[in-house]
Amino acid sequence: MENQIIETEIIQLTKEDFSSDQMVKWCPGCGDHAILHSVENVFPNLGIRKEDFVVVSGIGCSSRFPYYMNTYGVHSIHGRAAALATGVKLANPKLSVWMITGDGDCMAIGGNHFIHTIRRNIDINILLFNNKIYGLTKGQYSPTTPKGHKTKTSPQGTYERPFNPGELVIGAQGNFFARVLDTNPKGMTAVFMEAAKHKGTSLVEIMQNCVIFFNKAHELITSRETRDDNQLQIEHGKPLIFGKEKNKGIILKGTRLEVVTIGENGVTEADLLVHDQYEKDPGVHMMIARMMPPEFPVALGVIRSVAAETFEQSMMDSIAYEKEHSSIKTVDEMLNSGGTWTIE
Amino acid sequence: MTSKNSKVIELEQVVIRFAGDSGDGMQLTGSLFSDSTAFAGNDFATFPDYPSEIRAPQGTVSGVSGFQIHFGQKTVHTSGDLADVLIAMNPASLKANMRWVKEGATIILDSDAFVEKGFEKAGYKSDPTLDGSLDGFKVIKSPVTTLTKEAVKHLDLDMKTTLKTKNMFALGIVMYMFNRDIELINKYYEKKFKANPLVVDANKAVLAAGFNYADTLEIFVNTYKVEPAPLEKGKYRNITGNVATAWGFIAAAERSGRPLFLGSYPITPATEILQELTNHKNLSIKAFQAEDEIAGIVSAIGASYTGALAITTTSGPGLSLKSEAIGLAVMTELPLVIVDVQRGGPSTGLPTKSEQSDLLQALFGRNGEAPVIILAAKSSADCFYSAFEASKLSLEHMTPVILLTDGSLANGSEVFKIPRVADLPAIVPPLAEANDPDYKPYRRDPERLSRKWAIPGTPGLRHRVGGLEKEDGSGNVSHDPLNHQKMTFLREEKVQRVANYIPEQTIFGSEDAELLVVSWGGTYGVMLTVVEKMQEQGKSVALAHFKHIMPLPKNTEELLGRHKNIVVCEINNGQFVKYLRMNFPQFKYQQYNKIQGLPFMVAELETKFNELLNQ
Ligand code: SF4
Repeated sequence: MENQIIETEIIQLTKEDFSSDQMVKWCPGCGDHAILHSVENVFPNLGIRKEDFVVVSGIGCSSRFPYYMNTYGVHSIHGRAAALATGVKLANPKLSVWMITGDGDCMAIGGNHFIHTIRRNIDINILLFNNKIYGLTKGQYSPTTPKGHKTKTSPQGTYERPFNPGELVIGAQGNFFARVLDTNPKGMTAVFMEAAKHKGTSLVEIMQNCVIFFNKAHELITSRETRDDNQLQIEHGKPLIFGKEKNKGIILKGTRLEVVTIGENGVTEADLLVHDQYEKDPGVHMMIARMMPPEFPVALGVIRSVAAETFEQSMMDSIAYEKEHSSIKTVDEMLNSGGTWTIE
Repeated sequence: MTSKNSKVIELEQVVIRFAGDSGDGMQLTGSLFSDSTAFAGNDFATFPDYPSEIRAPQGTVSGVSGFQIHFGQKTVHTSGDLADVLIAMNPASLKANMRWVKEGATIILDSDAFVEKGFEKAGYKSDPTLDGSLDGFKVIKSPVTTLTKEAVKHLDLDMKTTLKTKNMFALGIVMYMFNRDIELINKYYEKKFKANPLVVDANKAVLAAGFNYADTLEIFVNTYKVEPAPLEKGKYRNITGNVATAWGFIAAAERSGRPLFLGSYPITPATEILQELTNHKNLSIKAFQAEDEIAGIVSAIGASYTGALAITTTSGPGLSLKSEAIGLAVMTELPLVIVDVQRGGPSTGLPTKSEQSDLLQALFGRNGEAPVIILAAKSSADCFYSAFEASKLSLEHMTPVILLTDGSLANGSEVFKIPRVADLPAIVPPLAEANDPDYKPYRRDPERLSRKWAIPGTPGLRHRVGGLEKEDGSGNVSHDPLNHQKMTFLREEKVQRVANYIPEQTIFGSEDAELLVVSWGGTYGVMLTVVEKMQEQGKSVALAHFKHIMPLPKNTEELLGRHKNIVVCEINNGQFVKYLRMNFPQFKYQQYNKIQGLPFMVAELETKFNELLNQ
């Protein structure tokens, strides 16, 4: 009773195979456009047939995404995309399932599904568009809005402490977390490729700019003037270095991270923390994900990528085992199993 | 081993109630007696009465667990009103169950438990076996605990294990009373506890001791026998409503060729459906225990989009949580079956008690115009066919179906004639064909108005669906005013046209009966029992029991129109009657409602119907 995927030769696909005929209705200048382009660049290069992609979303500006991709897709209800994607993946584990969500959709109304999906490690790729505001409902604060920021529902500034998505992902035992900027197409493409290849739930936080309701939310990290001192491109196997002069770095001192300047106080490059994205222990990944200005630069790139058994694989293994070992092989045998009696 | 010393009297039907403390093993005792009843060829139905607390204090009324069985030489429709025989293992179980026994019933007690401490814990002021409370009953006081200890003395067991077998002593007595062969139960123990011969020996010894005690001490003047019921030829089993529901879906998956996916969250009294389906990985069933009710249904919608026969199971409060997602399934026009095992509400209400009070929620409990098909199972065994039909309608008409069952059906069991899967109706979902050049997501079948089901992975059918209003045909997002009106009509009409694919409403009794009794869903057994009984007495009563709620069968109006005197009976405050008044306001309806977390009793309905006949 499995869904059969008809095996055909994989032909090289192009961006055009995935662009839909629908008019893209995001605001001009919105970061979403660049993300869409990057995804269109990634999909043809994954060696997956175009009919095997399913793009799922919840509600919000970002969640219009499935309509703009020529794939199978579902635009579902607010906060529930993770649950819907779970159903798609479990029903047919051979599909490549992508979930598009925003900070409100994912971490406010959808917070419960989000953490549980990550905990189960179902192989879906989550792209989280974090613009730190509610866009579609026109400018209320979200779970990632910085404390004190004034919005339509926080006229004196919010009182809430914001979530850092990376902390939630790693706290929920997530195995893949990466962070990218919507202004860096190459960075997005590279990270999306890695996310796609990772088996298990992958979460990419895209720091996306909403030009209308929270323009320049990520200014400090993106602007030419300040970015070098406030962002750190991390790479597996490389030391954590940043700054205009490439002379600042991160060291692990005792149980916490610290910013140092190379050449000062006898610090050399060899003293810096070297990034190991494959380390199973989440401790250092958590510290890197938590780095925030003004004390630290924001880490960009793949922070954590650890292989682990996926939920659907365990489920399929257990089905295969039961099919082999159960004495009941058919529905008729089930109906006739256990205590029965016959009236002649 | 069968009894020999007393005179055997033949009975037409009997109701027995086993009651004891939660730890006394009354459910097992009851189910073993049921097995022996099946073996004797009787028709029967059972109902467990669990305490709502998981570990209520021992010996208290709130910790009493009961099991009722009704068996007969005629067809049995319910688990019975009042008991002819009550087995009470302690004072609390006597206290909790006295209201469920017939006048003059036989009450079998463990006299060892009737000590001051015991009856005080149960809330008795004095010993009920001595103060006249039991006058008028045939009371059999047996020192069950003492004799149990005696029976296993040679096995050198610890006290805990010894006391665990005393339910077998009580069962032995009842087996003797009804001339049953205890060999069947011995075999059960031999098979089930193969690895633990001591347990087998202990239970067998105690069972035989109970049986022999009843025989040698001649505690009964008479013993009883119920002749086999004239059941149709075939193979039978005993089945609970929840298992029947699960199996109905498994059979529907087989007949439709669609893999079965369940997304669910544990909730009383629906959880056993999830558990049962989880146990059938051998048949490739995917049962997903989600983080909450919403994820349960939404994961099912994802699976449905992906081509599965997708279902979600819940009870009233869970149905509330699923409302928004049901709307998504209506909008995306995907197949989905939502099972609501109804319980007493509102809010947490009476989780372990049955009610029919989610009907209006099922009909109307969603934002926007969101019609769904609604079916209501009429008995525990019928849950199988209802789940099957719900799947068939949902898959073939591409729209969600709510299947209403209830706590009584779910936990109750009855005799089920085992069908052959190949004999069940075919289910043919409207699958879109790969690379169909004419495929459009919302192009409709002209008869059913269903759209085609295009499954991810199929070449040439990539398309998007979602909760935003869709343009008819193309399925593109549309805010066009006239399109919205058209789509609203289409979704409504699609559900209404299901009336062409369901059977007409039947009536039990004469078309011109003076009184038409109307009921729906889980009350079928008791309604039929009453109406049958009154018809035998020559009363002009007929029964129209509804299983198809939305849409109603096509002949409903005509059928109701033939009767001046209509009474609608429900375990709620009058929901189906409201729905009938809304649809057919030209008729006059009387109503009989019970909202006590209890089923209808034959006697109360009979009184009411006689009253209406004499008006
Ligand atoms: S409101 Fe903001 S997030 Fe939404 S489309 Fe416009 S710019 Fe983008």
